[in-house]
Amino acid sequence: MSKMLAIRLMRLVVTVIVVSFVTFVGTNVLPGDPVNALIPIDAQQDREFVEQIREEWGLNDPMVVRYGRWLGDAVQGDLGRSLVTGQPVTDEITHRLPITFELMAVAVGFSLLIAVPLGAFTGYREGRRSDRLISGLAQAGLSLPVFVTGLILIYVFALRLHWFPAVGWNRLSDGLGPNLKSVALPALSLAITEIAVYTRVLRSDMIATLKENYILSARAKGLTDRFILFRHGLRPSLLTLVTVVGLNIGFLIGGSLVIEYLFAIPGLGKRLFSAIQQRDFMMVQAITVLITVFYVIVNTATDLVYMVVDPRIRRTN
Amino acid sequence: MAVSEEPTYTSTSSESMGGSEILRVEDLHTSFFLPIGELQAVRGVSFSLKRGRSLGIVGESGSGKSVLARSIMCLNLGSNVKTSGSAFFDGRDLLSLSRREMRRLWGTEIAMIFQDPMTSLNPMVKIGRQVIEHLRQHKNVNRREAKQTALDLLNEVRIPEAESRIDRLPHELSGGMRQRVSIASALACEPSLLFADEPTTALDVTVQHQILNLLSREQRQRNMTMVMVTHDLGVIAGRTDDTLVMYAGKVVEQASTDEIFEKTQHPYTEALMRSIPRTTHASHTPLAAITGRPPVATHLPAGCAFSPRCPYVQPKCHEEDPPLVSIGTSGHKSACWYPVGSDANREAFERNLSDRLPQTLAVAESLDADQSSGIPAGLPDGGIA
Ligand SMILES: Nc1ncnc2c1ncn2[C@@H]1O[C@H](COP(=O)(O)OP(=O)(O)OP(=O)(O)O)[C@@H](O)[C@H]1O
Ligand code: SF4
Ligand SMILES: [Mg+2]
Repeated sequence: MSKMLAIRLMRLVVTVIVVSFVTFVGTNVLPGDPVNALIPIDAQQDREFVEQIREEWGLNDPMVVRYGRWLGDAVQGDLGRSLVTGQPVTDEITHRLPITFELMAVAVGFSLLIAVPLGAFTGYREGRRSDRLISGLAQAGLSLPVFVTGLILIYVFALRLHWFPAVGWNRLSDGLGPNLKSVALPALSLAITEIAVYTRVLRSDMIATLKENYILSARAKGLTDRFILFRHGLRPSLLTLVTVVGLNIGFLIGGSLVIEYLFAIPGLGKRLFSAIQQRDFMMVQAITVLITVFYVIVNTATDLVYMVVDPRIRRTN
Repeated sequence: MAVSEEPTYTSTSSESMGGSEILRVEDLHTSFFLPIGELQAVRGVSFSLKRGRSLGIVGESGSGKSVLARSIMCLNLGSNVKTSGSAFFDGRDLLSLSRREMRRLWGTEIAMIFQDPMTSLNPMVKIGRQVIEHLRQHKNVNRREAKQTALDLLNEVRIPEAESRIDRLPHELSGGMRQRVSIASALACEPSLLFADEPTTALDVTVQHQILNLLSREQRQRNMTMVMVTHDLGVIAGRTDDTLVMYAGKVVEQASTDEIFEKTQHPYTEALMRSIPRTTHASHTPLAAITGRPPVATHLPAGCAFSPRCPYVQPKCHEEDPPLVSIGTSGHKSACWYPVGSDANREAFERNLSDRLPQTLAVAESLDADQSSGIPAGLPDGGIA
């Protein structure tokens, strides 16, 4: 187990280096001079001034040197300064990361809370009316793009019913109530697709599991249906779900980008958007690396969850 | 040959005379409705069983043994299934009980052991738990008491070092050990009726004998009634009191197990006997397999279902399905127009031999082989251990 974690850690380091280097190269070979982000348009014709800024920001050094410098700083927690605001990137990220993180955590947590019982139930009632109804709804939820869900939710719950704010964000420090109110609609917009996916995945595994012989022998013991469903049926049906959740959290980063934009949430996704538009390469670089790290962590977490779910894996490790 | 009307089967063995009837199955039919048509898996089975006795149900794969056992238990046959007839357990018709009432009998009064110990235990649940949960479902015991009882049960079914094995997962145990766990669980609430559906088919031969001996011992000690389902007559030889031979969803012969072996009436039973593995044969001698395949249950032949494979088949067999009738007074019954050992049977055999009927020729050949190796046909010489 600790050996596995050590291997994972090594892999994380290698992945981060590769990804950050590729991003670094990528942002540098793209058309557009990063120095333009630093200087007002009218000053861009002033060759001498431009050269001075280039020198100041180290933009004239060879790419490898610059990358090395960036990496050296990054290891110490300094991700450079934003080319647009001049502020330390690290500060901005520590400010924004919790917002995106909360959004995603609430979305995933909420969708699992709904999808696990729903998937188990529809699998158990396969082909019955309740199953057909719920599965039909899930199919519909699956075909809705995130921003459409978001718009519908804003219209109904914010503009019509005034239950939640339409846009903006209240930090946890502003109080739990307001915070939860502002996370509700964006998280729900993300969760609806997730619920649909997870319900379907769990349902089909559940159907397969319930055909297993050990379910029949559990029945023959006179155990109740509920006990059989959750004690014998659920665990063996969770493995695909765990895989899919792990993968989907990756996709969710893309989804939260759209949602942060739509709900005007000051999270990382929104910042990545503007950073790309403004050619704020330092920011793009930092956020990309962060997403990579997050990806690898989610992957490792997925493997740990496998162990929790399946005692056979635990035993052999 | 007199056609008997009484639907039940009473054994003559002396020790059974005092026993009360625990199970009476009457005219049980079970059909699956499939896209290609109605599949009649069980077609009018009747028998009765006295408390404390053991019954073997024998037949090839697909003959409806498992469906029969599950129909009696009302266990999970799916939504496209229709069962009719009745199965009286202690006087109550199981087929008319609600699911709730049935669940109270499952595992307490009636228990079942399944064929494949690899798949009949949940691979993700510790074996001890799988016994304990059974106890706790039906008995008002706390965790510690349940664990102690589970340990006692595991010891009783001879699992060595049960104390340390109780927290193992199924895949950490051998097939035989797992089947012992299943047996322990089945016995947990002291059922009065135990179905064992091919409990040893998935195990190798030595383990098979141990498990069968264990089951027989438990059955006798607990005065439990047991139904042993198998495709191998050798498994029940010398073990069960009575035998019921099934073919294509019907009972074709029933009698005390001794009678089945000594006074075989039905050609199908005879064929099954020829296919019992024999220890005196060289280990790789192919078994005298029964010519042909069992009929597809959606498209049964007219007349006797065994007619396409029977070495004694006559025109009458294609026209009329022989009824199950008593032979003599011993409760022996058989469903055949030309029962084994009768003159009519011998004449039919000669006739088919001269007509060079393939299955008849195959039987004649294997008889020759047996004669030259000095083994009387139709008697198992291994099997009974
Ligand atoms: N759930 C089901 N749906 C449709 N047909 C079924 C189902 N279960 C069993 N059958 C059919 O019913 C017939 C009898 O099956 P059954 O399982 O009782 O045979 P068996 O005698 O137990 O054989 P085996 O030795 O293979 O266990 C077979 O033709 C089988 O295909
Ligand atoms: S002799 Fe006729 S009735 Fe008897 S088993 Fe053969 S085919 Fe059936
Ligand atoms: Mg079977």
